[in-house]
Amino acid sequence: MFEDMQTVYIWIVLAPLIGAIIAGLFGKVVGRTGAHIAAIAGVAIAFILSLYVFKDIVIDGAQAFNGAVYTWLVSDGVRFEVGFLIDSLSAMMMVVVTFVSLMVHIYTIGYMKDDDGYQRFFSYIALFTFSMLMLVMSNNFLQLFFGWEAVGLVSYLLIGFWYKKPTAIYANLKAFLVNRVGDFGFLLGIAAVLMYFGSLDYATVFNNVDKVNNLTMSIIPNQDWSVITVICILLFIGAMGKSAQIPLHVWLPDSMEGPTPISALIHAATMVTAGIYMVARMSPLFELSTTALSFVMVIGATTALFMGMLGLVQNDIKRVIAYSTLSQLGYMTVALGASAYGAAVFHLMTHAFFKALLFLGAGAVIIAMHHEQDMRKMGGLRKYLPITWFTSMIGSLALIGTPGFAGFFSKDSIIEAVGHSTIPGASYAYFAVLAGVFITALYSFRLYFMVFHGKERMDEHTRSHLHEPSWVVTLPLILLAIPSVVIGYLYVDSMAFGNFFGDAIFVLPQHDVLGEVAKMFAGASSIAWAMMLHSVFTLPFWLAASGVATAWFLYMKRPDIPAVIQQRFSLIYTILINKYGFDRFNEIVFAGGSRAIGKICWRYFDVKLIDTFVINGSAKTVGWVSLILRRMQTGYLYTYAFAMIVGLCGLLLIFVYPLK
Amino acid sequence: MFMDWPLLSLVIWTPIIGGILVLATGSDKNAMEAKVLTLVVSIVTFLLSLPLYTDFNTQISTMQFVEKIAWIERFNINYHLGIDGISMPLILLTSFTTVIVVIAGWEVIKTRVAQYMAAFLIMEGLMIGVFAALDAAVFYVFWEAMLIPMFIVIGIWGGPNRVYATIKFFLYTFFGSVFMLVALLYLAVQSGSFDILGFHAFKLDLATQILIFIAFLLAFAVKIPMFPVHTWLPDAHVEAPTGGSIILAAIMLKLGAYGFLRFSLPITPDASASLDWLMITLSLIAVVYIGFVALAQQDMKKLIAYSSISHMGFVTLGFFIIFAIAQKDASMAGAAMGIEGAIVQMISHGFISAAMFFCVGVMYDRMHSRQINDYGGVVNTMPVFAAFMVLFAMANAGLPGTSGFVGEFMVILSAFKANFWYAFFAALTLIVGAAYTLWMVKRVLFGDVANEKVEKLTDANGREILVLSILAGTVLFFGIYPAPLIEVMSPSVENLLQHVMQSKLN
Repeated sequence: MFEDMQTVYIWIVLAPLIGAIIAGLFGKVVGRTGAHIAAIAGVAIAFILSLYVFKDIVIDGAQAFNGAVYTWLVSDGVRFEVGFLIDSLSAMMMVVVTFVSLMVHIYTIGYMKDDDGYQRFFSYIALFTFSMLMLVMSNNFLQLFFGWEAVGLVSYLLIGFWYKKPTAIYANLKAFLVNRVGDFGFLLGIAAVLMYFGSLDYATVFNNVDKVNNLTMSIIPNQDWSVITVICILLFIGAMGKSAQIPLHVWLPDSMEGPTPISALIHAATMVTAGIYMVARMSPLFELSTTALSFVMVIGATTALFMGMLGLVQNDIKRVIAYSTLSQLGYMTVALGASAYGAAVFHLMTHAFFKALLFLGAGAVIIAMHHEQDMRKMGGLRKYLPITWFTSMIGSLALIGTPGFAGFFSKDSIIEAVGHSTIPGASYAYFAVLAGVFITALYSFRLYFMVFHGKERMDEHTRSHLHEPSWVVTLPLILLAIPSVVIGYLYVDSMAFGNFFGDAIFVLPQHDVLGEVAKMFAGASSIAWAMMLHSVFTLPFWLAASGVATAWFLYMKRPDIPAVIQQRFSLIYTILINKYGFDRFNEIVFAGGSRAIGKICWRYFDVKLIDTFVINGSAKTVGWVSLILRRMQTGYLYTYAFAMIVGLCGLLLIFVYPLK
Repeated sequence: MFMDWPLLSLVIWTPIIGGILVLATGSDKNAMEAKVLTLVVSIVTFLLSLPLYTDFNTQISTMQFVEKIAWIERFNINYHLGIDGISMPLILLTSFTTVIVVIAGWEVIKTRVAQYMAAFLIMEGLMIGVFAALDAAVFYVFWEAMLIPMFIVIGIWGGPNRVYATIKFFLYTFFGSVFMLVALLYLAVQSGSFDILGFHAFKLDLATQILIFIAFLLAFAVKIPMFPVHTWLPDAHVEAPTGGSIILAAIMLKLGAYGFLRFSLPITPDASASLDWLMITLSLIAVVYIGFVALAQQDMKKLIAYSSISHMGFVTLGFFIIFAIAQKDASMAGAAMGIEGAIVQMISHGFISAAMFFCVGVMYDRMHSRQINDYGGVVNTMPVFAAFMVLFAMANAGLPGTSGFVGEFMVILSAFKANFWYAFFAALTLIVGAAYTLWMVKRVLFGDVANEKVEKLTDANGREILVLSILAGTVLFFGIYPAPLIEVMSPSVENLLQHVMQSKLN
């Protein structure tokens, strides 16, 4: 159909950008309808072309594309280019990003219909789609960093979309700065890549790993560290910021201050998974450093378990899902650490669908409830919002890993893979991901029961106005619910265990945990079926089931018990409700500390020492000396005569004294 | 077609003569005539400077557009002009920024309009003269003469504390320049001419080099300004009118940096190499320490002034990491990137600081306050303006896609090759720079309308939007496609590097 695939790729990124420009710069001219048509058309074109690319690369098995679009600059013999690498990994990401983005665009028509910033919002989300596509389609570190920061910018703009809300503009500053901490590491990692590989082009870097593999560098004198390990950990610090891993996770819950559609798109489905994508992309580097992989795994495991636990005590519907996102990102990170890149990216994909679904479902509930987000004021919404209820149920079932649903296949692959991993930290990670299953089921169904079942706790006015939102809201829910059910079944064989990613992902034979897992199902014609049949004999299934049962018991059967537990275990509750104190710590130590350092440096060093003491001091000294000198010029003869005598005596003394 | 024109003389003297003509329009009754004439002269000068780019030969590293006329034959002083890939972009930056400044001051300056406009035109010619001079005497004349119009601009159209600021500004910079004069005279006497390129080739022993290096350092460090001789800048900015701040930040600071490239590095390469630790330390202090100081500022102009000092730290860092790189790796890979990154940073900072100071000016004209606390929620009443300011703030924080990223990125990449810790401290700007810039944006632009004054604000007018759009376009263009900029400077930088790495001691 297309002669030149590069043109297709260029249009995939340009279409949303043009949509963003029309909606943003000409929002007044084209009006609300014009703005959403432009943005949606742009993203729809990107989606359709992405499907075409997916067919071309994945189904027809075309050669991966790697080419430059233009040269950004040439300095010192290094070419920095803007270009695309399109293989099965990027093709899959492109489809996921554009599909979820398209759903969110349509949904936004309904969600933002009363908002003054309608055009601005469409402009931002289309711009986000452009940035995210630049990130996943990049063939080099420079463009990756460009996309990386650009999605961060749009995230900043969108979290602070309602700029009058003090919490929103606090949250967006926080998000940007925490991400910048990650980017700090990331940029140093890129600098290290350039130094040791002489290029920022992925292909060149991956082809030269053997030359760098045994090199060491000493950052601290007399300490030799493997270059690859340093590079991987620095790059991963970037991923920790963007994909919200402990301790750089603090921005994500606060990002819920933004409108719900972007919580679904940016802070659940796509942007936050950029770190996961990046590490998977860098698998040829990470594979060479067990230290880095262990580091990745431990961070991921900690995030998966401990962030999930915070979801248990939240009452804001969006925050529960936000902590769930943190926890699921932790799962993906654990998988990366276990070298199960395929499973990580697979979970990234399934999670994108069902988590976007859950967020958009929560958004539908929030509209219906007149922007009430407190779950304690909800309940029994099932009969008022049947479509939202049903699709949210599907999303929850997918999230907790119900056999047959998308999340089951991806999460079970991860758990099994971690179980087979032998690198340091694997047993801790295995425990964490297993415990996480119970926690996930518990908070998910706590939310589900509190919102859709049980007593109707809202006030009469709200209740009388409850109704399902319009089709632009429910259609995306339905369209996202479909892949949340089937996508896992369809792709588990190829993505997690098969050769879907081909050369895009590299795994050393001794790290091939997914291969080990696949051996368990050797002989089965379909791993998907074998996994489902096998699942009832495994721990995760029963952990999830007991999580649901516990949620049912605590929030349906005996709703009085949670309060009792809260009192009994008040210490634990306090720790959880304070989110382990990260926020307070950062606020006091980092934010407060920096401000204090700034003040001290300025007041005492710049103003007092340099200005007052040195500069004005020397000026004053000059003034003071001249004052004394001026005093001596009295104009009276006797003063001068006296001065002459003193001078004469002085001179005599000088000449006579040495003679003695 | 322009090759046979004395282009450099034209871009130097057109604005100076134009400025004198503008002065002749006299009183404020003829303000309009003065303004129109100034605008025409500045645009003509800008157009005249364009052939310097279009006719520039990017393949060679020797001086181009050279003009040489004997001036004072007895001392072998020549009116000698010429440019290479390092000075050419700076000249274009100067002629471009002057147009911006003229438009920026259009309605704002109400008293002594002709004198104000003339000062900027004359200043433009003098600054271009500094960049184009190849004779040390010519250079020094332009260098000192340039102070006078700036002194006048701050002193007459400045804020309430302008006298303190002007005197501080003048004494600081003059103090530094005197040492430079001594060094130049020494070099001239020794080498027998004031030819700067002759200085480059002139052999000096290490002790002399170090003395000369320090003399130059005093002059240039004050101008840039480098820590700890930077405290004149925040005061000068706070008191200067918007146009003065723009020129100060966009061009004048670059003169110091340019001095390092034209004098310190090539004339005293061995001293530069042996004192690089000092320069790198001062640069990193500028980046980190000044970044924290910026965080503590309550006055927007002071904040941006400190941010300028911090960004200029990248420039000096880029210049002086080359020796560490050369020591590590004889092939010098990465050294040119440091210097090129530093020059890109100079150009980019010209646009971004101009834009930031202009933004503050736009708000100041309406509110008559620069205190962050007097603002809040400006976006509610000035949405178009706020969109621009967020863009420039992001550029100031080094967001990729804006020109602010390019130079910092290149310098950090290069610094990593010199030493991990150089890159580490330099990269801290990613966090600190974003913190002070965006925190200011949060307090000034975002939030609910803070007070009645903000409530009554009117959005940017056509003239302001014109200036903002031109600057935004430039910032984005060089962020997305910096290649042309690097292309013109690359042979000259390579040439400079080779020269600097050639020790003068044997």
